[in-house]
Amino acid sequence: MSDTHAQTQPFVRGEMLPESEPPLAEKGAVKWLRENLFSGWLNILLTVVSLYVIWVVLSTVVPWTVLGIWDADSLTGCREIRDARYGEGMEVACWAVIADRWQQLLFGFYPRDLYARPVLALLVFFAGIAPVLFTGLPRKLLWGSLAAPFVMYWLLWGGSIWGPIVVALGLAVGALAFQVGNRAQGALLGGILAIVVPILYWLFLAGPLIRALASVLPIGIEFVPSDDFGGFMLSFIIGIAGITLSLPLGILLALGRQSDLFIINKVSVAFIEIIRGVPLIVWLFTASLLLNYFLPPGTNFDLMLRVIIMVTFFASAYIAEVVRGGLAALPKGQYEAGDALGLDYAKSMRLIILPQALKIAIPGIVNTFIGLFKDTTLVVFIGLLDPIGLSNSIRATTDWNGIYWELFVFIGILFFICCYSMGRYSLALERKLTRENR
Amino acid sequence: MTATDIETERHIDRSAMTVSDEVAIEIRGMNKWFGSFHVLRDINLTVYRGERIVICGPSGSGKSTLIRCINRLEEHQQGDITVDGTLLSSDLKNIDRIRSEVGMVFQHFNLFPHLTILENCTLAPIWVRKVPKKEAEATAMHYLERVKIPEQAHKYPGQLSGGQQQRVAIARSLCMNPRIMLFDEPTSALDPEMIKEVLDTMIGLAEEGMTMLCVTHEMGFARQVANRVIFMDQGQIVEQNEPEEFFNNPQSERTKLFLSQILGH
Repeated sequence: MSDTHAQTQPFVRGEMLPESEPPLAEKGAVKWLRENLFSGWLNILLTVVSLYVIWVVLSTVVPWTVLGIWDADSLTGCREIRDARYGEGMEVACWAVIADRWQQLLFGFYPRDLYARPVLALLVFFAGIAPVLFTGLPRKLLWGSLAAPFVMYWLLWGGSIWGPIVVALGLAVGALAFQVGNRAQGALLGGILAIVVPILYWLFLAGPLIRALASVLPIGIEFVPSDDFGGFMLSFIIGIAGITLSLPLGILLALGRQSDLFIINKVSVAFIEIIRGVPLIVWLFTASLLLNYFLPPGTNFDLMLRVIIMVTFFASAYIAEVVRGGLAALPKGQYEAGDALGLDYAKSMRLIILPQALKIAIPGIVNTFIGLFKDTTLVVFIGLLDPIGLSNSIRATTDWNGIYWELFVFIGILFFICCYSMGRYSLALERKLTRENR
Repeated sequence: MTATDIETERHIDRSAMTVSDEVAIEIRGMNKWFGSFHVLRDINLTVYRGERIVICGPSGSGKSTLIRCINRLEEHQQGDITVDGTLLSSDLKNIDRIRSEVGMVFQHFNLFPHLTILENCTLAPIWVRKVPKKEAEATAMHYLERVKIPEQAHKYPGQLSGGQQQRVAIARSLCMNPRIMLFDEPTSALDPEMIKEVLDTMIGLAEEGMTMLCVTHEMGFARQVANRVIFMDQGQIVEQNEPEEFFNNPQSERTKLFLSQILGH
C-alpha cells in the first residue's frame, strides 16, 4: 500500500501566471460603495433614510447660515432686511450682531485703543508654546518660553515693567537656592530651599523692590484692571494659565500619590480626592465668596487670580489621576533598571519614568485640558464676563434683545476650533511618539 | 546546552581569570523578610575580586533576592552587606555609589524603550558620572562593538531580538565601568538560539577577569566559567563548591535531587 492518496495527481507548473487586475466590482469606489453602503437590503434602507435625514438638516441649516444678514444695526433692522430680501416666513441668521459686537465678544470691556496688547500677548503665547510643542525647534528657545508668561502678564495688565521682572527674578532666586542647597546637603535640601526661598522673596522682598525700582526708573504702560477683562480673552487667560500650571502640579500630585513617604502620600491623596469630589462650580463660588472671609481684611486678592488658582487645582486633580494611570502602566523593571544604574529618584523620574508615563497619558491629559478650557465658561456664574456672560449682556441691550442662536453659534465655533486643534495636536504627538520608538 | 557543546565551539582563555585576595562583596549574617515570609536566612558569603560565582536552586529559593540585595533593589532587615568597602545602609549616597559601581543585568532586559540603543548606553554615564556626551558615546560604541551590535546603535530596543536586547543590556551596564556584575537569570527569557550569543558575551567578560555573580540554570556555563557554584534552597545556602566537585560529587541530598532533575533528561 502506498502512502499517497489514490486520487493524487502529480503536478508540475510549466509557466508562472502573470499578475492580473481584480474584477471591476471588486476594486476602488465601486467596491467601497457596495461594501459600506449597499451591502444588503437593510443597509440600503438605512443608507437612504440617513441620506434623507442629512438632507433635511442641511437644507435648513445651510441657507440659514449662508443667507444670513450682516449689515444691520439691530435685530429689528435684521428682520426688516430679511423680509425685504427673502419675503415673509424665511428664517435666516442675523450675523449683524457678530459684526456689531465681535470686539466685545473677543475682548470684553478692555480699552478699545489698547486691543493691540492682548493680540500681541496671544502672539507671545504662540511663540512661547512652539518650542514646547514642536521638539524640532532649537532647545535654546525654551528660555523664551520661560519668559513668555511674564511678558504676557505685562502686556495684558500693563503697569510698571518692574513688577513682572522682579517676580520673574524669583525663579532665578529659586534656581540659585537649589544649587546652594544641592552642593551643601544634596537634592532634598536643595528642593526645600528652591521652594521656601523664592516664596520668602516674593512675600517680603519683591514688594519693596518693585516700589524702589519704579520710583528710580518709572517705565511702564497703561494699567488695565481685571474688571475690564472679558470675552474670549478671559477664557483664554484662564484656560491657558490653568493648562500650563495644572500639568506640572498634576504630575507632582501623581508622584506624591505614588510616594512611600507617608505624609506626602496622604496629603496628595486628600488633595486629589477632595478637589475632584466637589463640583467645579462650588470651588468657583468658594473662590469668589468664601475666600474673602478667610483672608485678612484689606487684602486685595484679584478675583481672576482666585479663579485661575481654583481651575488649576481642579484640573490638576484630574491630571494627577491620568498620570497615575500612565505610571501604573510601566513595568516595575523600568524603575529597577534606573535604580540599578545609580540614577537618583529625580533623574530616574525625569529621564526614564515620566517620558514613558506621560506618553501613555497624553490622550487623558489633553482630554482634561479640553474639559478645563470649556469649563472656563462656568465663571459666568460668579460674575466674570466670559463669552457667555457677554452674550447675556449683549442681549440685554434694546438693539439685540431676543437674539440667541447667532451668538451661541459664534461662541461654539470658536471653542470648537480651539478644542479640535488641541485634539488634533494630541493625535499627531501620539503618532509621532509611536513612530519614534516602535 | 551541555558543557561539551560550548567547549567544542569556543576555547576559553583562562589566563586573566584570576581570583585575588581582595574582598569585593562581604555578606555577614544577612536575613530578609517579605512581610512575615522569611525569604533569606542567615546568609554568609564572601566574594573575592575576580570570582565568577554561579547561584542556582529551585524557584522561590531566594537566589534572585540575594543578588538584588547586593545593590539594594531589595532591602535586607538584618546583617551587614559590604560592597567594595562601602557598608550598605539606608544612606542614599552610599546606595547610589554602590549602584554605580555594580552593574546589573535582568531577566527581562529592562532596556528603556523610549531611548535608542546608544542613548540607553550613554544615559547613566552622562547623568550619573557626568561624562561629556561625546566621550560617553565613544565608550558606548566601544562596548556595543564588544557585544557585536554596533550597527544597531540608532535603533530602538523594540526593533531588536531578545538576544540582541540582552547584549545591549550588558553593554549598558559595562558603560558605567562596573567592578562587579550581577546577572539575574539573564538567559531565562530567551529563545534557545539566542542563549548562546548572550552566554558568549558573558564568557568574554569572565575572560577579562570581571567579578561576576550569576543566577542561572545554564549548567554548561557554570561548569566552564564559574570558579564556585552556590546551591540555594528555602532561603539558605545549602551547598557551595568548585564546579567540578559540585556537579560530580554533590554532598547534600537536596543538591543531588536538584541536579538529577535539571541534568537528568
